[in-house]
Amino acid sequence: MGKPNDLVQGTLDLLILKTLSLEPKHGWAIAKRIEQISNEVLQVQQGSLYPALHRLEQHGWIRAKWNESETGRQAKFYSLTAAGRTQLEKEKESWKRLSTAIDLVVEGL
Amino acid sequence: MRWVERFRMAMLMLFRRKTETERLNQELEFHLEQQIAENVGRGMEPEQARLAALQVFGNPTLLREEARSSWSWNWLESGWRDLRYGARTLLRAPGFSLTAILVMALGIGASTSLFTIVRSVLLKPLPFHEPDKLVMVYEHFRQQPQSPYNVVAPADFRDWREQTHGFQDMAAWRWWAGAITTGSGEMPELVGGAAGSWNLFSVLGIEPALGRTFTPDEDRIGAHDAVILTWRFFQSRFNGDRSIVGKPVRIDSKLYTVVGVLPKSFTYPDPEVKVWIPYSAAFEPNQLAGHDHHQSYVIARFKKDVPPASAIQEVSALQYQLHLANANLPVAEDAVMRPVLDDVVEDVKTPLVVLMAAVGCMLLIACLNVSNLLVARGAARRREVAIRGALGGSRLKLIREQITESFLISIAGGGLGILLSLSATQWLAAHWKDLPRADAIQVDTTVLIFAGVIVIVSALLAGLVPAISSTGKHLLSALQESARSLGGGLSRAGLRKTLLGAEVALTVILLISAGLLFKSFMHLRSSDLGCATDHMLTMSYGLPDRDYDTPGKIVGFHEGVLEKVRNLPDVVAAGLVSTAPGAGYEGDSIFTIPEHPVPANSLDMDALTRKADPGYFNAMQIPLLQGRVFSPQDRLDRAKYVVISKRFADQYFPGESPLGKHVKIEWNQKYEPLEIIGVVGDTVYEVGQPIKPMVYFPLFSGAPMRTTVATIVVRTAHDPLAVAMPVQKQISSLDRQIAVYRVLTMPQIIGSATASKSFSALLVLAFAVLSLMLAAVGLYGVLSYLVQQRVAEIGIRMALGAQRSEILRLVLLDGMRPVLFGLALGLLGGAVAGTLIKSILYGTRPLDPIVFAGMIGSLLVTAAIASAVPALRACRIEPTQALRTE
Repeated sequence: MGKPNDLVQGTLDLLILKTLSLEPKHGWAIAKRIEQISNEVLQVQQGSLYPALHRLEQHGWIRAKWNESETGRQAKFYSLTAAGRTQLEKEKESWKRLSTAIDLVVEGL
Repeated sequence: MRWVERFRMAMLMLFRRKTETERLNQELEFHLEQQIAENVGRGMEPEQARLAALQVFGNPTLLREEARSSWSWNWLESGWRDLRYGARTLLRAPGFSLTAILVMALGIGASTSLFTIVRSVLLKPLPFHEPDKLVMVYEHFRQQPQSPYNVVAPADFRDWREQTHGFQDMAAWRWWAGAITTGSGEMPELVGGAAGSWNLFSVLGIEPALGRTFTPDEDRIGAHDAVILTWRFFQSRFNGDRSIVGKPVRIDSKLYTVVGVLPKSFTYPDPEVKVWIPYSAAFEPNQLAGHDHHQSYVIARFKKDVPPASAIQEVSALQYQLHLANANLPVAEDAVMRPVLDDVVEDVKTPLVVLMAAVGCMLLIACLNVSNLLVARGAARRREVAIRGALGGSRLKLIREQITESFLISIAGGGLGILLSLSATQWLAAHWKDLPRADAIQVDTTVLIFAGVIVIVSALLAGLVPAISSTGKHLLSALQESARSLGGGLSRAGLRKTLLGAEVALTVILLISAGLLFKSFMHLRSSDLGCATDHMLTMSYGLPDRDYDTPGKIVGFHEGVLEKVRNLPDVVAAGLVSTAPGAGYEGDSIFTIPEHPVPANSLDMDALTRKADPGYFNAMQIPLLQGRVFSPQDRLDRAKYVVISKRFADQYFPGESPLGKHVKIEWNQKYEPLEIIGVVGDTVYEVGQPIKPMVYFPLFSGAPMRTTVATIVVRTAHDPLAVAMPVQKQISSLDRQIAVYRVLTMPQIIGSATASKSFSALLVLAFAVLSLMLAAVGLYGVLSYLVQQRVAEIGIRMALGAQRSEILRLVLLDGMRPVLFGLALGLLGGAVAGTLIKSILYGTRPLDPIVFAGMIGSLLVTAAIASAVPALRACRIEPTQALRTE
């Protein structure tokens, strides 16, 4: 892996939803978490993260709340809504289908 | 409940947008701080850590914008921002904005007004039941292809209705007028009216507002007479008193019973019609039975299941039989039909379409002008746009912003224009004489929608070209261009010149059309009637046929009037005629000349008929060319003579003297040869119409029914209107029940005949002048801009030794090139437009050299003045100062 890969459009939504399914987090923590779990392979750019968060919020899949962060500063914490949970299942499903399909093509030939 | 969540978000975003924006900033700020903290944790210096974090973070403003763009209502927000931005830029240049808004208001207002009128008059269906199933049926003489729709003889109508079955029903009406009195001792009022067959209202599908319509019994010769009032007359004369129904009124000293009142919406055929009498009541018995007296209008309703073509064919076949059966009489060969609406709007259709086209041209010019002004501003703001583009403003956004600006102009202009058009439409409807259906003119939803569409189209027209051109790909070059650059804005100027050329071309087309119409109108105004027009007063009166039933009584009254009027002070001469020159057609008759062989076609010999007293020709100053006019002795039974006009003599007695010859013509209900005793000069029967042969009968024959209507013509030494009251008093002193009407001077007769033409000619001229002014403003704008752009260049030229006259020529030529280009195009268009409006021209040709020269001249002069100001400014440039200023 040379340069950090740009996330495929749409995949970011799945990653954010998944990350939030455990506990509410603020933007910074979401980005960090994704990087950690993926062993630094997936770098989330701020330029895509915040528009994506706001988009998900507009859709009603996540909800934002202002809370004190670990450092004692006010931060915007995002949490998954019931609708977001359903959406996460859907996205997972479609991701599975997609990745299996890609695997089949790439490995099968 | 996802939609609840979404709705909550939407409301939050709509009403707490400011807080949300604040929070977005905090959120991003927090992210940045975390990054800095992490960098510091890795052992960086605080300042270094901040810079590194910012580097990773990217453009915060862009990021914020992108996050915001995912919010709902973003379109509203950005639209609002565009609006505010547009309004601010417009306010910063109030002169420009005001000009543009006024230009748009004029264009949109005029278009809306004209559309309102065109829609109400030409397009709206008539207020009848299923009006598209109604047609007018006319007779058609094969020898008169120039006037294919001839009015119908009553006997023809009767036979059509009784003997053909292709139409559901047919009805007839004719014009009619009478003097009405309601109480005793009241002055009679002459009312215009019409006589309609008993079934007319049911054929049209009109229910009376009060009472009933005619019964078949009432529409019979000698029947008890019934009258129906129109709503307007019912209100004005009887104050809407419902008890009038069933009561008698006196018309021409005959008693009629009011049987009904028509609804308000019914103004056919003309709002001036005040009363309707039964069809038969408007005829003498022999006229009603005749196939050769044409005066009626026939309306037919289509029958279900019968194709209109076969219905009219059946009528036409019957008409041919009637023609054969009356071989020596003027009975047409065919019957033809046309829609009722075409019939009503016949005279105004072409002028209205011409006006609509003129207004459309003006609107287009207005759009081009605003477009031009916007291009100029676009050029001036090129740097700003370039910088914004370089900082990440998308092209679409920049275009949207400029379009918003032209939308603001169009909406402001459109609003103003619609307000203008509301009053303008009222004014037009009220002042346009003889405009049919003027009462139907009103602004409604369709008109407002039309205005809205016009506003949007104008905004796009005016805004799109400059917006696209000023946000083009050469943004970078605009940044590199220094203020001193010599070729600055040349391409932009090219676009402006093209727009200007188009503007000039349209203006020239309008100018030429207006010039042609105006010349026609001037021709009409100054047309020679063939008689005196100064110091002449005319007024008409009618003697009731019932009281004046013998020649002695009729002649006695006429002679009495003349004697009294001639003795009035200030009266130079007075005479009597049935219809004054220019006052109308009156009627025509076919005749034969006993001294000549019988013509092959019985209809070939035809002349207009007039009745005149001996003093008429002198009073009216119609020259006597041969022989003599009537003498006072040619009265009653001795009046067996006629006087003919010059055209009559030239046409029917070529190369011989008509004196002593005879004319065998229907007169006093029989055909008898009358001796020609004199030839007088030609007079025009209607302004703008060709001269026709005319024959004068002696009014003092006193023929009953033929000589009871007269127009007294009075020549005075001073103001003719001053004798109007004395003359009227003399007439009513002889008989109180005589109503006097049409009190007019000769110029008024000419004026009323040309009023409609003058109105449309003046309107088109006004539009053309406005367009010329717009073009001048456009030209001035382009040149001023160019001069401003080239200050440095001109300075260098001068420093290098260029003469001021050369600079002047340089700038003038620059301005004149698009003008000449537009002029050439416009001349072509003008020639085409002239050909299209040929049918409403009079005394001029589509390629009239005087009009063309005049219009080219006025355009060039205007263009020269508009370019002279910037050109003079250019040659006053001081080279030292020009080179020093950035």
